[in-house]
Amino acid sequence: MTYSTEQKRKELEKYFEEKSSFNILRVAQMKRDWKKANRRELTWWESTYIPTVAGGIWTTSTHFFRNLFFHIMHLFGLYKNVSAAVTYQYPEQKRPLAKRLRTRHRLMKREDGSPRCVACMMCETVCPARCIEITAAEHPNPNIEKYPAEFKLDLGKCVYCGFCVEVCPEDAIRMDTGKLDTAEYSRQSMIYDKKRLMEE
Amino acid sequence: MPKLTIDGKEIEVPAGTTIIQAAEKLGINIPRYCYHPALPVSGNCRICLVEVEKQPKLQIACYTPVAEGMVVKTTSQKTLDTRKTVLEFLLVNHPVDCPVCDQAGECKLQDYYMEHGQYNSRLVDVKVKKHKKAVSIGPTVMLDQERCILCTRCVRYTDSITKTNELGVFNRGDHSELDVVPGMQLDNKYSGNVVDICPVGALTDKDFRFKCRVWYLGQTKSVCPGCSMGCNSEIHWDKQRPRVEKTARVMRLKPRLNPEVNNYWLCDEGRYSYKSIDENRVLYPQMNNELVSWEKAIDAVASAIKNSPASKVGIISSAQLTNEDLYAVRKLFKDTLKISNVDFQVAQKPGYSDDFLIKADKNPNTAGAKLILQSLSGQDATQILEKAKRGEIEVLYVFGHDLIALYGKPMVMEIVKHVKTIIWQGTTVNETCSYAHIILPSAVYAEKDGTFTNVQKRVQRIWQAFLPLAEAKADWNILNMIAKKLGHDLKMESSEGLFCEMTSAVPAFSEMTYEKIGEQGMIVKS
Repeated sequence: MTYSTEQKRKELEKYFEEKSSFNILRVAQMKRDWKKANRRELTWWESTYIPTVAGGIWTTSTHFFRNLFFHIMHLFGLYKNVSAAVTYQYPEQKRPLAKRLRTRHRLMKREDGSPRCVACMMCETVCPARCIEITAAEHPNPNIEKYPAEFKLDLGKCVYCGFCVEVCPEDAIRMDTGKLDTAEYSRQSMIYDKKRLMEE
Repeated sequence: MPKLTIDGKEIEVPAGTTIIQAAEKLGINIPRYCYHPALPVSGNCRICLVEVEKQPKLQIACYTPVAEGMVVKTTSQKTLDTRKTVLEFLLVNHPVDCPVCDQAGECKLQDYYMEHGQYNSRLVDVKVKKHKKAVSIGPTVMLDQERCILCTRCVRYTDSITKTNELGVFNRGDHSELDVVPGMQLDNKYSGNVVDICPVGALTDKDFRFKCRVWYLGQTKSVCPGCSMGCNSEIHWDKQRPRVEKTARVMRLKPRLNPEVNNYWLCDEGRYSYKSIDENRVLYPQMNNELVSWEKAIDAVASAIKNSPASKVGIISSAQLTNEDLYAVRKLFKDTLKISNVDFQVAQKPGYSDDFLIKADKNPNTAGAKLILQSLSGQDATQILEKAKRGEIEVLYVFGHDLIALYGKPMVMEIVKHVKTIIWQGTTVNETCSYAHIILPSAVYAEKDGTFTNVQKRVQRIWQAFLPLAEAKADWNILNMIAKKLGHDLKMESSEGLFCEMTSAVPAFSEMTYEKIGEQGMIVKS
């Protein structure tokens, strides 16, 4: 007798149901976990794999011959406005980014150049990577009251989730610099301070 | 005793009780701003309005006395609608600057807005600007008039509790402002309490200001060690995210309710005494001004005690120690090693005291030390030191005292000349420890479990908030190590174990357990 997964599932369900009412949640979980996928049987023609292999070769060769044609044309000075290859020549040539893409952070400024941030620590609290560290201080202007004496953001830890931007009540932090390449020689210099974040 | 029904539940309370108090007994929480159980009722905030059957208008729960057969509804639609409207009214001139406000996270305006408000602002006019924003009104408190909802809790506090009358509400209507009386400052021994009772962020603590967001704070129940009153306190610490200084763990102290001891209050001296937990600590064992390992230091202590006769060893214990530590002192030095020169009462000058909370004796456990050590000690600490001065003592074991501050430098220099080994065990660096041969770092009250006995002879628990700094250890633990080195297994493994043992050894503590003491303490048997 084969010990199918279906049988095993039934056995386990019975076991947990017998145990007590506390296991209702557990059974519900199990029912969800053991969902069966409906997989279609392949036909004879499909099981030879000839149609899929042929399709693959077709895609590759259209790209190859298209690129070859345009490269040759470029040599004669024709079709210059059509790109021959799909590759971007990074870093000389940058790929266009979507407007909503989350890139490196920047701190916004007030009109007088001081940070807009009021050190409310919302971003620090919400940050799942715990990469933000703010030290608050008393601002001489009582209408501003609080400002960040230090604002450190560890890009080595950051997961670019954008929660800090979303949670900020002052629109003081944004992730729209379009800079994706953050490379440094040490981990310490991956920690951006207030000055560096405001320069972005 | 009138019987009434609140939200369908029946309760019988003594006549004169207000609805809010009766509801509290049933576990029903009615929103409140101006009502505070320790202050006279004012009834001005109107958030506690509840529906009372057969009365046309809603009644304020904080000032309406209960009556026979009363039926109160605290969750009816009419009540909820009114709460929402009252809240909207209170917030009319509020700046809603929660991002910069220190109260955010423990603010009743925020809480009730989330619970009962949830409306969109309908205000079309400009908010009335008050005069003072972020202005210092005393050595400990900052005032922000815009955030104030004029509940007058702080005014009633200075009127009825401290009786100093520094605060008042000035002007009329929209222009009413909370302020200090002209020419005065909010400067009394209990001024920090106004920050605790302020339900919003109008009064903020200068010391705590912007140091830490309240939701980062962990809380541990404790007892203030500032004086023999033993006010119940709560240590608020921030272990993971030290902000201001990298070593600071404790952010603030808050009073904890104990109607028998301190009620809702805490004096300023005690409130800001937490700094000694992190500052100037003795971190590592030292011998002749060199850092050594614990084994080496304990070896040296044990051999010094072993090599001198029991009559030539002097122990100056301290009333800063917990009952458990003191019992360990007694068990090791008195009962096991038969040393007679053990005492704790040094010649301390009495400090400031008043008839409210602050006591002249600045030690938290004098009553406990008297019960544990004095019952069998013949020697006074000053007499032991006199002996040391005459050269009759070879080993002097001091628990944290600054002898130079207490007895003057000439006397201590004389003692240093005659005593072979001075062992100093304590938490905080002082002048005396530079003359000690062996220094042992011990844990402060926030770093250990234990009990203190206050001036009312009430035994009160303290709980461990965090592990000791660096290599410091609890006093009983150090004494246990010494005992083991000397070849005595005294089985001092935990503070609770020591306390259990003490209950049978010291009759005053009999029938006590940590569980029975609980959060509010227990009076010793006389």
